[in-house]
Amino acid sequence: MPTNPPRRVIAIKPERPSTLDAPQRAAIEGVCARLQATPGALLPVLHAVQDALGFVPKDAVPLVAHALNLSLAEVHGVLSFYHWFRSREPGRHLMHLCRAEACQSVGAVQLEAYAKRNLGIGFHDTTADGAITLEPVYCLGNCALGPSLMIDDELHGRVTTRRFDELVARAKASP
Amino acid sequence: MSAVRIYVPCDAAALSVGAGETAAAILAEAARRHVEVELKRNGSRGLLWLEPLVEVATDRGRVAYGPVHAADVPGLFDAGFTDGGAHALAHGLTAEIPYLRSQERLTFARVGLIDPQSLDDYREYGGFRGLGAALSMPPAAIVECLTESGLRGRGGAAFPAGIKWKTVLATPAAQKYIVCNADEGDSGTYSDRMLMEGDPFVLIEGMIIAGLATGATRGYIYLRCEYPHARRALQAAIATCQASGYLGADILGSGRAFDLEVRLGAGAYICGEETSLLESLEGRRGQVRFKPPLPAVAGLFGQPTVINNVITLASVPIILDRGAAHYRGFGMGRSRGTLPIQLTGNIRQGGLIEKAFGLTLRELIYDYGGGTLSGRPVRAVQVGGPLGAYLPESQFDTPLDYEAFAQIKGMLGHGGIVVFDDSVDMAAQARYAMEFCAIESCGKCTPCRIGSTRGVEVIDRLLAGEQAAKQEALLRDLCETLTHGSLCALGGLTPYPVLSALDHFAEDFHKPLPARARAE
Repeated sequence: MPTNPPRRVIAIKPERPSTLDAPQRAAIEGVCARLQATPGALLPVLHAVQDALGFVPKDAVPLVAHALNLSLAEVHGVLSFYHWFRSREPGRHLMHLCRAEACQSVGAVQLEAYAKRNLGIGFHDTTADGAITLEPVYCLGNCALGPSLMIDDELHGRVTTRRFDELVARAKASP
Repeated sequence: MSAVRIYVPCDAAALSVGAGETAAAILAEAARRHVEVELKRNGSRGLLWLEPLVEVATDRGRVAYGPVHAADVPGLFDAGFTDGGAHALAHGLTAEIPYLRSQERLTFARVGLIDPQSLDDYREYGGFRGLGAALSMPPAAIVECLTESGLRGRGGAAFPAGIKWKTVLATPAAQKYIVCNADEGDSGTYSDRMLMEGDPFVLIEGMIIAGLATGATRGYIYLRCEYPHARRALQAAIATCQASGYLGADILGSGRAFDLEVRLGAGAYICGEETSLLESLEGRRGQVRFKPPLPAVAGLFGQPTVINNVITLASVPIILDRGAAHYRGFGMGRSRGTLPIQLTGNIRQGGLIEKAFGLTLRELIYDYGGGTLSGRPVRAVQVGGPLGAYLPESQFDTPLDYEAFAQIKGMLGHGGIVVFDDSVDMAAQARYAMEFCAIESCGKCTPCRIGSTRGVEVIDRLLAGEQAAKQEALLRDLCETLTHGSLCALGGLTPYPVLSALDHFAEDFHKPLPARARAE
């Protein structure tokens, strides 16, 4: 009787232990349970996770994939495709600065340079004190009153550098 | 004495320049002076340079004051503005302001006039009359009415709406869908946002009629997540309609069903393209689909789907109410009805102008807009969003008409006009157009995915003066590949702003290096 050659096993890197804490895991599982029957649930689920936690942790991907019966690649693919979703924890406040043409025509390029210089960060970064994360945005629908930016859900138009400083000071002072 | 009725808009643009603070200041000052005030939060009248625009109801009509900031409020009370008194910020009767008086507001008839969340206001100003008419008509007659009106998709592609609806009606399926494209991503546009915030019921009514016309019972509004104010307005209005029988299993006791919900996008410009939007709604990356099949045949979840822009759907109720001939009576050539034009960018009097097709850019920029905000000469105008051409002064007499714009290699798109003064560097604008395409490309087709990045590099080399003639030839060749080889309008139209900048403003691409360095 011929002996079988020893089975070749392709070593798979073991999954690293999840970095989610208990409340984060509970939040993600709660969102999945609430929305998993929704047709086309993935975007609503990712939005709800981000609303609850401020970002979508990398380790949420397997939980979401399992709940929606999707592959890790499908969930990761969607998460990384859309600019709005963040995989890193943001600062206390989110500042979306408009880079689009209508705002460019009234000084958005200069405002962007001023913002980066004064916050000491680039796009997608968070200030050292953890107060503000700066993100680019391509139109806030305030094109007759630019340059525009949005802090959390609050829209601001005709933003001068002075107004920018006031808004930053206010954001830094608030929890 | 009865309470004075004062209007302060709750539109996001008005709030962005302090309408919230103004409203609070009016209430506080009224309390201090023991004046009884009824504060109404309306949408924006679209006179955006006057925001926050405060209106006071008087016997003569609504009197406008603007822009009113919180600090101006005590002075206004001193001047007797609660009786429509004279003040430096007063503009007389709102309806008589020439910018507004000369408009032909059909789709935006109620925006700015009413409290957007009041069903009573909506009905008082003609709301749900279109639905009433539609409920008494067979589906094919509703579709016929829409076709007759000549309404073309206002999202940008200008496809006849009636044909889409007719296809969906004719395609049998157990489940059909109405999808509203509210992913208004074009810079220089905000008419969708203004409408959703200022008159959300009209969009809902339009979608219900679309459902009745095609046999669809389920609707989705795919809204960009950058519009939190519109999201709140829509969700509240939908809940109101569900509670009062306009939405649900039995619309106004007719036995017909239609329900709808808001779904949020996630910051991808490409999802304004209809097939990407459907992919996104189904929970996937927003990648463009091949056509055919058309969404009208196999759209959302593979089912027949009407997918129309906000303004298209919101124009449906008035067409059903007043009849196709009324709507068709506005406009020119094959562009029928009205277009809500958004005057934006470096403009003194920016705002929303709903008018029949046919106005020229010159009338809009100078007569309505009053020239640039900076006071410098206008140098270029971009019409139709980030994929629209940059037009020089010599083309300002082009009438706003889909076909006229196609002739000058431009497009009207969603009706956004962005004005630039003479400080603009058109080479930088061309580079930005390529950069934007690279950032927002869905990655499905090679010309758009790779071509946009190569485009930025070629423009950089051209501007650095490295074999400029060769780079320009390469850029034109690349644009040709993008135009003809891309799957959708993102790659296909990015050459418009690039080539128009190159053709009309060539001098900006050949500046001597020190001048460019100084400019930066």
